[in-house]
Amino acid sequence: MGELEARSPCDVLLPITRGGWTLSEVDTGRITSIAPFAGQEAALSGALQTAYGLGFPEPGHSAEADGARILWSGRRQAFLLGPEPDAALARHAAVTDQSDGWAALHLSGAGCEAVLARLVPLDLRAEVFAPGCTARSLLQHCHVSVTRLDDTGFLILGYRSMAGTLVHELDTAMSSLAARSGA
Amino acid sequence: MRLPCPICGERDLREFSYLGDAVRLHRPAPDAGTDAWDAYLHLRDNPAGRTRDLWQHEAGCGAWIVVTRDTVSHAVEGAQLAAEMRDAD
Ligand SMILES: [Zn+2]
Repeated sequence: MGELEARSPCDVLLPITRGGWTLSEVDTGRITSIAPFAGQEAALSGALQTAYGLGFPEPGHSAEADGARILWSGRRQAFLLGPEPDAALARHAAVTDQSDGWAALHLSGAGCEAVLARLVPLDLRAEVFAPGCTARSLLQHCHVSVTRLDDTGFLILGYRSMAGTLVHELDTAMSSLAARSGA
Repeated sequence: MRLPCPICGERDLREFSYLGDAVRLHRPAPDAGTDAWDAYLHLRDNPAGRTRDLWQHEAGCGAWIVVTRDTVSHAVEGAQLAAEMRDAD
């Protein structure tokens, strides 16, 4: 039997740099979807606190502690990025491994929200969308999760099957803005 | 047009998909009879004015919502989670 080589979703596509902005692929570790069972919200948040020091996030929010990140990912749903899911979580929530389903991108550079302003129908400026804020939305016609990591960087999760399109859209916007700024 | 998702806040129309009149939340009993089922499946009002429709915030949080808006003025009055309306019945 042949030896199969594991490839990340953007293996041959990234990193790229256009002007002052860089798009690279991130290894998030395990991606686990956590959806609380009815009436189990508080117990689930407690189990998450015990395991990772992170509660279940409010809509639009994310938090990070000790290499684990939890981000709100939809109605009654959050993604845990990094560690293996603690066994206690499954008592209070539907826990699903989605690691291979997502491409994780890091867009960075001063003013990189200008790139996303061309693609995402949300106001992502830091005054409105501070570090830690997260949203589900569209990047052109791709469904994404967008999280502001800091003043100059975003984590973008998109469907793995759309990784090529995501990179293409971002590259086009980055290149065009870089050309306009003469970089 | 922007719609107010009760979870995400005001969002662009392109994030939503439209289903139709919120009357769909009021499913008749299985034995309600053919007239009730015919009305539920096929008969719709076509109001000039206030209307309540089901939308899904499909490219956002995924929630089904009921949006109240005015088909004459295009004003959007508000929105509620469909799940909460169902639970309130
Ligand atoms: Zn929403």
